[in-house]
Amino acid sequence: MYPSVFDYARATTVAEAITMLADDEDSKVLAGGHSLLPLMKLRLATPSKLVDIGRIAELSYVRKDGDQIAIGALTRHRDVETSELLVREVPVLARVAGQIGDPSVRHVGTIGGSTAHGDGAADLPAALLALGATMVAEGPSGRRTIAAADFFKGFLETALAPDEILTEIRVPTGFTKFAFQKFNRRAQDWAIVGVVAVRNERTNIGFINMGATPLRATAAEERVAAGANPEEAAAVADEGTSPSADINASVDYRRHLARVLVRRALVELG
Amino acid sequence: MRVEVTVNGQQRTADVEPRTLLVHLLREEFGLTGTNVGCDTSSCGACTVLLDGESVKSCTVLAAQADGREVTTIEGLASADGALHPLQRAFQENHALQCGYCTPGMVMVSMSILAENDTLDEATVREGLEGNLCRCTGYHNIVKAVLAAKEEMGAQL
Repeated sequence: MYPSVFDYARATTVAEAITMLADDEDSKVLAGGHSLLPLMKLRLATPSKLVDIGRIAELSYVRKDGDQIAIGALTRHRDVETSELLVREVPVLARVAGQIGDPSVRHVGTIGGSTAHGDGAADLPAALLALGATMVAEGPSGRRTIAAADFFKGFLETALAPDEILTEIRVPTGFTKFAFQKFNRRAQDWAIVGVVAVRNERTNIGFINMGATPLRATAAEERVAAGANPEEAAAVADEGTSPSADINASVDYRRHLARVLVRRALVELG
Repeated sequence: MRVEVTVNGQQRTADVEPRTLLVHLLREEFGLTGTNVGCDTSSCGACTVLLDGESVKSCTVLAAQADGREVTTIEGLASADGALHPLQRAFQENHALQCGYCTPGMVMVSMSILAENDTLDEATVREGLEGNLCRCTGYHNIVKAVLAAKEEMGAQL
């Protein structure tokens, strides 16, 4: 399967990439391509131009910055999975990245690509939402930060403007306790439903594949904060979600899975 | 556009459309048909090659993304005199193939598994192979072959 015809431009700096994007309003950013190219091969996306940022080496890093870890957008899932800093300071992110797709996918796919793609069925966006991450975007009018809670807008839609590039993701340290429950039928599949729960003095719960965007299990979080046990908190876990039905699961089954997986996650957190 | 790729140690160039996938560059421009197309959706791993030494699914990488980089395909493993790579030999000795369609991808992803792990156990090999499907379901002997290759190659990788 070939994508439809497009122009290709390779950027060597962020500034150059922003200029290249501005030249053509139907252009798209190419990082690893493991979210975008499958869509293009199915002709579900037909950008007129790809701006390849994959060679901008300065966008691949994991470093400590105060009480946050700054992760360059081009950091590959493999590098997130094996980063000693992340394994120690934000272990949930290393664990979640290590379960994306399969090893060959993780050699290419990037944290920025997955986040900018904004798929509610993907693992990393839900983890970033649970962690309360901050996205750093650069565009023609400069640099701005966007809270994860304001970033994921709709089905494959984010707060990024067409001429903006996600350059960095900042995650807080301190959530040392976590639980990751990914329910699927085959090892490398997408989650039918997934739950990422993180805890410091409070407990945040992110949902994978319970709506068009990644979601927080707000009702369950409130019950946990009020001292409810895992059973009581999980009973309302699917409130406020809007899962869709597909070949793997009906809406009701997804809601059931959400409650079961939140309970398992909370039990795992202890 | 012009792409220049070092394939199995040799510098190769081609003029391709930007939408050309790496697997088609290898098969159709360079005549290296050892790399198979299976699912064409980055699920099955039949098209796995090494890009700068790491396994990738070449049906989901643009030829342009490989420009200026090193690619190793199944054709690049045996030595010039035809002697099989120890991993290929282990596949042969352990009968790690039935129909053979997944084999080039299985061998190439196993090269990555061997390179990334100083020591190997069965669970690590099985997890490493999770993105490669064998529809003959011959996984057991593939796992045995990778472990045998590690044993033979020791720390040389």
